[in-house]
Amino acid sequence: MGSQDILNFVFIGASFALYIGIAIWARAGSTKEFYVAGGGVHPIANGMATAADWMSAASFISLAGIISFIGRDGAAYLMGWTGGYVMLAMLLAPYLRKFGKFTVPDFVGDRYYSNFARVIAVICTIIISFTYVAGQMRGVGIVFSRFLHVDINTGVVLGMAIVFFYAVLGGMKGITYTQVAQYVVLILAFTVPALFLSFQITGHILPQTGLGATLDSGQSLLATIDGLSTELGFKEYTNGNKTTLDMFFLTAALMCGTAGLPHVIVRFFTVPRVKDARSSAGWALMFIAILYTAVPGVAAFGKYNLINTVNGADNKGTAYAAMPEWFKNWEDAGLIGWNDYNGDGKVQYAAGNAFEGKGKPAFAGSADDETARGEFGQRLVSNAFAESKPVNGAPFANEVYVDRDIMVLANPEIASLPGWVVALVAAGAVAAALSTAAGLLLVISTAIAHDLVKKTINPNITEKQELMYARLAAIVAICIAGYFGINPPGFVAIVVALAFGLAASSFFPAIIMGIFMKRMNKEGAVAGMIVGLTSTMAYIIYFKFMGGTKDEMFMGISPEGFGTVGMILNFITAFIVSSMTPPPPAEIQAIVEDIRIPRGAGEAHAH
Amino acid sequence: MSLTPEKAQAYWKENIRIILSYLAVWFVVSYGCGILFIEQLNSIPFFGFELGFWFAQQGSIFVFCGLIIAYAISMNKLDEKYDVHE
Repeated sequence: MGSQDILNFVFIGASFALYIGIAIWARAGSTKEFYVAGGGVHPIANGMATAADWMSAASFISLAGIISFIGRDGAAYLMGWTGGYVMLAMLLAPYLRKFGKFTVPDFVGDRYYSNFARVIAVICTIIISFTYVAGQMRGVGIVFSRFLHVDINTGVVLGMAIVFFYAVLGGMKGITYTQVAQYVVLILAFTVPALFLSFQITGHILPQTGLGATLDSGQSLLATIDGLSTELGFKEYTNGNKTTLDMFFLTAALMCGTAGLPHVIVRFFTVPRVKDARSSAGWALMFIAILYTAVPGVAAFGKYNLINTVNGADNKGTAYAAMPEWFKNWEDAGLIGWNDYNGDGKVQYAAGNAFEGKGKPAFAGSADDETARGEFGQRLVSNAFAESKPVNGAPFANEVYVDRDIMVLANPEIASLPGWVVALVAAGAVAAALSTAAGLLLVISTAIAHDLVKKTINPNITEKQELMYARLAAIVAICIAGYFGINPPGFVAIVVALAFGLAASSFFPAIIMGIFMKRMNKEGAVAGMIVGLTSTMAYIIYFKFMGGTKDEMFMGISPEGFGTVGMILNFITAFIVSSMTPPPPAEIQAIVEDIRIPRGAGEAHAH
Repeated sequence: MSLTPEKAQAYWKENIRIILSYLAVWFVVSYGCGILFIEQLNSIPFFGFELGFWFAQQGSIFVFCGLIIAYAISMNKLDEKYDVHE
């Protein structure tokens, strides 16, 4: 074991010991503690927990990578995943807190006086949360396999065991305080290397200003990357490829989806008062913004470093034998692949797919299999093209596949940062994945134990039984999530589109109308949810699974952005249907009046 | 609660007005500056950035933070004015 491996073990091990310690300290004794942490969490602590809950493996590991590869259009994710909090703070959180129940299906079921609406909400909650949690477990597996040299599957099982421990034992209370610790770990793990990188490349300490810095060459960093990109046949980094309309709809779908995600909404049930729900959303966004405003810088530094390291100072490629350690490590982890098309023994990176199919390498053998290696010691790839030509005027054909997920994880190694920074990043990525997984698992177990068993199937169970059902549901959910982590459905990226699309087209309109339109009745809300859901699902499934082509897209809107259209359809259907059906009963209208006034929120109550 | 229906109505109206004015700013910085008018704004240099690009990738996030804080403060004042605070 090398000294780096020992550091990785120490950092990840210490962070786990911390989480378990907190879980034991914050055990849940009642359903209220299990579901909403007793409703007494300080707004700043809740803001941190919300930030950790929200920032998943996707935010920590993938976001900078996505922006690195798609450039300016990545702004849809940056604005979408933060702008949603503005809506959450102003349109949802305070009123849902005043309503004072445990879950989103609780609100939908009670406000629309219909168990049918409640069950639709439960189903949406479960689909959204499962699709999301599978990606988290996978993230844990990748980090473990790369940094602890265990098998990806062993890594997933380890991650499951940890989450099991504090989610099942501690419920929302355990999760909340663990998430506060996880926030601290993940934000340090993201910002420390970002500061180092920014200083190395631009001389600015803050990546936020480093992105706009001028390099020693006298040219700005962004202009330099634009120049390198064009030279290699890529699109300019600071120019958009998506149409304005598509950007608009994608950003809106991500914003409304964020505001409608059940595991985010439920966090605002844990604070004591309505005013705390508002300020807590502000704290959450500030804690999130520390990472999100550093991401564009990290993305650009990563791109700049990657091109320079791989293609070398003379922009002709670097001999495989001379490639730094990280390149081979990530090749062993399967996230980098190389095929020497021009036979010069050098690695060259340019536009175009390096391999057949989706461009990802299919390795001839496992990383330990010496016979599956080529003359330079590289892993052989079975889906290389017969020959490969340069595209878009690049000086050479692309020979290398770089998975976008390694941008953040490999950054400290690419920049030759000290070993403890590498270990810190590994611990941070695990914290980001585990904190989100725990929040999602809690939402699933609550939806089953509280909304399905207690409120729909058998209202007579005692609190103790309900708590037992909740823990059982959490155990089952962890096992299913683990299964998806070990056997990832080939569509993790797609399911994320699905999760946001569903949240935007079902929950978001139903909750908004429930608060702001006293006249909205169950017929309208149910019809709206069904239309929004089915249209969005059909569109995503058609274009993602059934081979729909770009020309067939409705006004050129990508499936990821279609949630916005589904949401508009939901609103329209709900208006029309509710205007033709009787208004909701007087006691429901009184509830709406009541949630609009902050006083008297008290603690989240059960019945 | 000793809030008369008229006062509750007035409180809700002011609440909506506050929300709409903040959401207008939210819309302008994100959808306006970051998407619809990004090309026009990009002709303006801003600390080494093109202004539209900066709004899309960083500026809008800073404004979002400010908006929620300002909203929380405005609402606390409104709650006290109508005596509905906790």
